[in-house]
Amino acid sequence: MRIGVITFPGSLDDVDAARAVRLAGGEPVALWHGDHDLKDVDAVVLPGGFSYGDYLRAGAIAARSPLMQDVVAAAHGGLPVLGICNGFQVLCEAGLLPGALTRNSHLHFRNRDQLLRVERADTAWTGDYADGQEILIPVKNGEGRYVAADADLDRLEGENRVVFRYVGGNPNGSSRDIAGVTSENGRVVGLMPHPEHAVEDLTGPSTDGLGFFTSVLKAVVNA
Amino acid sequence: MSRVVVDVVLKPEISDPQGQAVLGALGRLGHDSVRSVRQGKHFVLEVDGTPDEAELKQIAETLLANPVIEDVELHLPKD
Repeated sequence: MRIGVITFPGSLDDVDAARAVRLAGGEPVALWHGDHDLKDVDAVVLPGGFSYGDYLRAGAIAARSPLMQDVVAAAHGGLPVLGICNGFQVLCEAGLLPGALTRNSHLHFRNRDQLLRVERADTAWTGDYADGQEILIPVKNGEGRYVAADADLDRLEGENRVVFRYVGGNPNGSSRDIAGVTSENGRVVGLMPHPEHAVEDLTGPSTDGLGFFTSVLKAVVNA
Repeated sequence: MSRVVVDVVLKPEISDPQGQAVLGALGRLGHDSVRSVRQGKHFVLEVDGTPDEAELKQIAETLLANPVIEDVELHLPKD
């Protein structure tokens, strides 16, 4: 199972994401933002970091890169796509996910281990979790406050598209404690916290993040 | 060549913690008359020939601003 990991100028966590794919039993495939080549991957991860130095808006310029045009087209065809942190910002800027990520309400960069509640265990990236399960993974961002118009938030909740909520304190002031959302078809997921940093006991607060990467391998087989 | 200015500011319903931090600093400096600060972005574009309003509107609304959270104002040169 080939899982692509896109590197943009300023990506930081692409190597960790590739490692998480490998630990889950998949084959990580390095993708370059400037190419028009998805290399026949079965799913794509947009990693964390500061693509283009967060110039203009976080994720804004990366969302207009050549490869993202292919990602958007493939996602509309059902390709599973996961955006982590800066990757989530890119997916919102690319229009694949609703809402936007803005400056944390307290203006501080927040880096800590964070409890999340899994609200949807039926997306391409969360099938190995249970509805309502709590997982502990790191969060680290300065622009992670999820916002949208109230009517849009109501619609998202009505369509059951909130995948994760912060538990035990909201690290950035996100509306309605939203940590992650999904597309209408449940194939595209974005979240601010970092599952790829919680895949080994040695380096993470838990191995709770591994489930993202094992889930998608099954989702691809069953597709 | 003409000069086109685009101003981008967060929508009123989106809270602006940076603007609030500036407001707090103004209060500490004794400028008690300032009631509110909203921080935004100001773009200056040099454009060949006569600016195409439709194209510039598209640039402003699809790249320079994120319509989910920001309002945008386009200022074309006066004839």
